[in-house]
Order: sequence, then C-alpha cells, then structure tokens
Amino acid sequence: MVMADNFNFELVSPERLLVSGSVSEVVIPATEGEMTVMANHAPTMTTIKPGVVTVKFTDGKKDRYVVFGGFADIIPTGCTLLAESAVPADEVKSDEITRRIEAARAELAHAKSDDQKFGIETYLAELTTLQGIVVPV
Amino acid sequence: MPSLKDLKNRIASVKATQKITKAMKMVAAAKLRRAQEAAEAARPYSQRMSAVLANIAQAVGQDDSAPRLMTGTGKDQVHLLVVCTAERGLCGGFNSQIARLARDHTRKLLASGKTVKIVCVGKKGFDILRREFASLIVDRVDLREVKRVGFANADQIGRKVIGLFEQGEFDVCTLFYSEFKSVISQIPTALQLIPASAPAAVAETTGATAIYDYEPDAGAILGDLIPRNISVQIFRALLENVAGEMGAKMSAMDNATRNAGEMINKLTLNYNRQRQAQITKELIEIISGAEAL
Repeated sequence: MVMADNFNFELVSPERLLVSGSVSEVVIPATEGEMTVMANHAPTMTTIKPGVVTVKFTDGKKDRYVVFGGFADIIPTGCTLLAESAVPADEVKSDEITRRIEAARAELAHAKSDDQKFGIETYLAELTTLQGIVVPV
Repeated sequence: MPSLKDLKNRIASVKATQKITKAMKMVAAAKLRRAQEAAEAARPYSQRMSAVLANIAQAVGQDDSAPRLMTGTGKDQVHLLVVCTAERGLCGGFNSQIARLARDHTRKLLASGKTVKIVCVGKKGFDILRREFASLIVDRVDLREVKRVGFANADQIGRKVIGLFEQGEFDVCTLFYSEFKSVISQIPTALQLIPASAPAAVAETTGATAIYDYEPDAGAILGDLIPRNISVQIFRALLENVAGEMGAKMSAMDNATRNAGEMINKLTLNYNRQRQAQITKELIEIISGAEAL
C-alpha cells in the first residue's frame, strides 16, 4: 500500500480560521453523503450539511469539529471548507444544537411552500442526528 | 463676571468631564483593537467565498438558471437601502456621515421617480433618517443588546433582506456602511447587494478553470451560496462599522480630552487672576484704611 499523500486543508468560519495545515485525510459531511477527502481528489464543489468533520493530521493526530452547514471546495492539492459556523467537537454545547432545532421548528411552522418545508425538515433531521452523535445519551 | 467660587466649580466640573472622556478614549482604543482583530479574522472567509463564487459564476454564468438574486428582477423601480450605523453616539461624524450618504442617495432616487424603502441597522441612523424619511423606513434592526457582532446577527439581517426580495418587495438592494481605512479615516460606502455582482474571476495559480464536479449541481450550489454571500457581505460591513465606530470614538474622545485640557488652563488662569485681583483689592482697602487714621 502506498502511503497517503498530504494536502492542505482549511476550515474557515465567518468568525475565524479554525484549521489551516497539512493533513492526510478529512471526512466531511457532504449534503449527498459523507465523503472522505484525500490528496489528489478530483476537483469537487459540494455543499455541507450539519455534521461532524474529522480531520486527520499528518502526524496522525485526529481532530473533530462540528459544523452547521456550508460548502467545501476540493482541488487535488487542497481542500477548503467554508462553514457557516464551526466549533471544535469537545467545545460544542448541546443547548446550542437544541437552540437551533427550536429555531428550525419555529421556522417550519411559518413555512409556506412545500419546497421550503421539505428543506427545513431535512435540516431538522440532520440536526437531530447531529445531536445524537455529539451528546452522549 | 463669575465669582471665584463659580470658577472653582467650573474647573472641577471640566476636570471631571476630562476624566470621563479620557476613560472613554481608553475603552474605545481597547475595543478598537478587538474589532480590528475580528475584522481580520473574518477576512479569509470572505476572500475564499469570493474566489469560489467567481469560479462557480463562471461555470454557471451563461446559463439562464442563474438565481434571481444574481440577475435581479430586471427592473430598478423599487430600491431597498440597508443603512448600517452605530448604536451609540459620541463618535464624531461617524454616524452622520453614513446617514448623509444614504440621504443623498435617497433624494436622488426619489427625484428620479423611484420608490425607496429603508431598513435601518443601528439606532443612530434610524434617529437621523426618521426626521426626513419616516414613511420610507420599513424595518429596523436593533443590535444594542449585542456585545460582539457575530455572524448570526448578520445572517438574520441577510435572511430578512432575502425574504423581502422573494416577496417582490424591491428590485435593487444597496448596503450602506463605513469602510474602515484607519483610525482617523472611515469612508462611508454604498455597496450593491442585489442583484449580486459576481466578483471578477481571480486568476488563481491552482488552475481555476479546472473542471469541477458539483454535488449537487452547480446551479443548486450557486443558489445556496449567494444568500450566504449576502450575509457575509453584511457581516463584513458590520465588522467594519464596529472598527470604524471605535476609531471615530477614539479620535473624538481624544479631541474632547484635549479641549477640556485647554479649557482647564484658561479657567485656571482666569481663576488665578481673579484671586490675585481680590488680594490686591483687600490690600488696598487695608492700606487706605490705615492711611485714613
């Protein structure tokens, strides 16, 4: 087996730059399913759903971050993840997710078109899943 | 002519004012540093956002599928102005500069027969614009309770604007804020948000023309991206505003402190003169009294 190459990964939220460095592997929760990005990935642009990003650094260290939506720009030599909001997984508070779930529910009550309802329901389901992952029951 | 006691009181009160302005200046300086840091931390995101947006816009550009937020409604009859100002005063001409730019813009639009709607972000802009355009203000956003402007605040405003657009409430949206150039110079700026002008494609070394896989398709991503970009622009404007406000407040308070210093010097001189005059007068009274004996 060939050793995995490294590539540059950046995790950016509007408030700050969370990660910038050389990594060997990143798992991102893309809208159409989780995907693992490694070096020399085909150029891809994808949207992100709320979920957990797992970053494996070159030295084998692993970091997990919780992101709430956003999108990723993947090129063979790097990957940039623009998250609407991102927090290190061990700092995330369950009431933060609960708050978002409540906000989404309130929005659902006001949604007019079916499309809108569908969008919010999907978002809600993703958030609930995320809550299950992050908060140990 | 104020009496000696009056002068003494005034000196004391000016000194107290000077203490306050000095403290405010110091607070503004500390907050300015934080605001500048926040603005800098937000920069990578908006830069990458523009780069990505430029890439996608290029890919989608020719299609008719480009979202309406980007192409606009094809009219420019109804204008929405989002005017971002500070929540507090005491920062020199900062708020009035932004308000003046918005006012001139409004007048020009009204004169050419357009309809104008205004959304005020921040209390000070609302106070100024209310005098002239009270009937045009459709909404106001209050950030007074917000200690630190977060992306959530900007996103909320962004959603509001997009919601209005989807209801067909306006055709063109312009954002007014103050660009932070330096501590002493903030430039009031108007930025068109809708129709979104796609940033000019940046020639990247990574080969921006690479053929991308889009997941879901490019149109859907673009549709998701543009509202987000609007929020990002608003966020940036808010951050620049905070930095500008603090910069303006710092120099305003610096001036005030200096003025207070000058005033104290003048008053003290006056006070000493009067004191000496009184002493002289009393001496003359004693001497002439003694001579009369």
